[in-house]
Amino acid sequence: MTLRLIPALLAALALAVPLSLLAGQVWIDPLAPAARNALPILIELRLPRAVLALLVGGGLGAAGAAMQGYLRNPLADPGLFGIAPMAALGAVLSFWTGYAAQGWLLPLFALAGGALGMALLALIAGRTGGVALFTLAGMMIASLAGALTSLAISLAPNPFALSEIVTWLMGALADRGWPDVLVALPPTFVGLLVLWRAGPALDALTLGESAARSLGVDPARLLWLMVAGVGLVVGAGVAVAGIIGFVGLVVPHLVRPFTDRRPSALLLPSALAGALLLLVADCLCRILPLAGGELRLGIALSLVGAPFFLRLLLAMRREIA
Amino acid sequence: MLAAKQVTVAVRLEAITTRLRPGEVTAICGPNGAGKSTLLACLAGLHAPTEGVVLLDGHPVATLPPLARARSIGFLPQDGAVAWDVTVETLVRLGRLPHRAGPEADAAAVRAAMAALDLEGFAARPVSALSGGERARALLARVLAGEPRWILADEPLASLDLAHQLALLARFRVRAGSGAGVVLVLHDLAQAMNHADRVLILDEGRLVADGPPETTLTPSMIGEVWGLDGHWLGEPGARALAFSPAGSALTGHR
Repeated sequence: MTLRLIPALLAALALAVPLSLLAGQVWIDPLAPAARNALPILIELRLPRAVLALLVGGGLGAAGAAMQGYLRNPLADPGLFGIAPMAALGAVLSFWTGYAAQGWLLPLFALAGGALGMALLALIAGRTGGVALFTLAGMMIASLAGALTSLAISLAPNPFALSEIVTWLMGALADRGWPDVLVALPPTFVGLLVLWRAGPALDALTLGESAARSLGVDPARLLWLMVAGVGLVVGAGVAVAGIIGFVGLVVPHLVRPFTDRRPSALLLPSALAGALLLLVADCLCRILPLAGGELRLGIALSLVGAPFFLRLLLAMRREIA
Repeated sequence: MLAAKQVTVAVRLEAITTRLRPGEVTAICGPNGAGKSTLLACLAGLHAPTEGVVLLDGHPVATLPPLARARSIGFLPQDGAVAWDVTVETLVRLGRLPHRAGPEADAAAVRAAMAALDLEGFAARPVSALSGGERARALLARVLAGEPRWILADEPLASLDLAHQLALLARFRVRAGSGAGVVLVLHDLAQAMNHADRVLILDEGRLVADGPPETTLTPSMIGEVWGLDGHWLGEPGARALAFSPAGSALTGHR
């Protein structure tokens, strides 16, 4: 079934990408005479935005699928690692220091934050490679990053920085350009390749830790693949788009029934479906009429994702009962 | 040859030395907490002894490349967890992960393993839809698909009814007959007596008996290690353990 799923997702993307380029405040009708500034809008605004949606959504989808496989937990999400919150903390600190105007500083801060999250995780849980310890360490780092982010906000030096921080935390792809694509593309691709390498070991983990080790899985190597892969992908995503939640949770769930349910079989479809979801969601945010600007992507996905999460919890509770 | 030399794990195992032979079914027996699972994990190369060494054909298992070790030693853990609701065929195919033999060899090994456990009709069935006995067979088929020379199973009979226990023991016997070494942690002493070629008895981390079941699982040893006053009934190969009615249950033990 995986074989039919991937062409279907590719076809949907092939349809969605051109459509997304046409939709927005200025609608571009390819059959009508070109609107004023149509070309710059397409090339400078919409194309990079679409590419970013594909990169960030693909990365989050694959990271979520890999994490769920690694933790053997269908509720896992990149936020659990503490890497997304750490990357966000880095981004927030760059606002707080007032250098946000310098386009390259914010992504560097975010990547540094993600890398710091990775390093902390490896220091705390890296030697044993135990899944429970890893999860708890990730949650501890996530809550620490959240607290430090709140501290940074509460100490914001001026109202302008405060509003910048709040806007950032909402997560969005509005007003992004090619420099952001350049920032996100290399780490996302490297991260996806790393996660792909982890695929067979994630499959082995289906049978539990001791069986996986008996099948030749090196837990320490797998831990590093996960930390590096998820760190790069999520760090790059946060660097250009802020915190966009629930994609990593929702997408693997939607895709799983169409695969043979092995974690490795889920990686590529989750990346494609994540890319599609974020592209469509971003498009809808762009064209939804809303007083005072457009709906923030991060907010929109949380509004959809939270009830989805609740539905999953209720379904799991029924299974347990 | 799979051999343990002075294998010691702090608090749990004390200087275990034994040599296990291929073609034999070896049972590891002992009361709860005697160190059976720890010893099995050491033999499988999954637990590093504090002292001593486990040798596979003369090479320390700890230094074997993980994939090479995985191709030689198949390990069936006790919990039998399957995290995702995969089909039986997908589950069995996981046993091929350590191999790099190509898709045809993989498919053939998966088919053979499923056939050996009468699972052909279950290939497309999700694991969640299996009964306990079917599930145990599917999990064992996963180990067999790896075509290991050694099969180490931690309490493979737990949670199975008697008919399924005997069916599974027969499969282990077939594997031993085809040259594999089979090592089972068993709680049921009668099953060990009837189906093992060799029994290792552990008590508080020490190896207190090592040999054929008739000479190791003696009433006096059972009394000493388990604190039970029992004696064997029936013919060799179909023995049952009977206990004296009064004062047998752990009285006077330790």
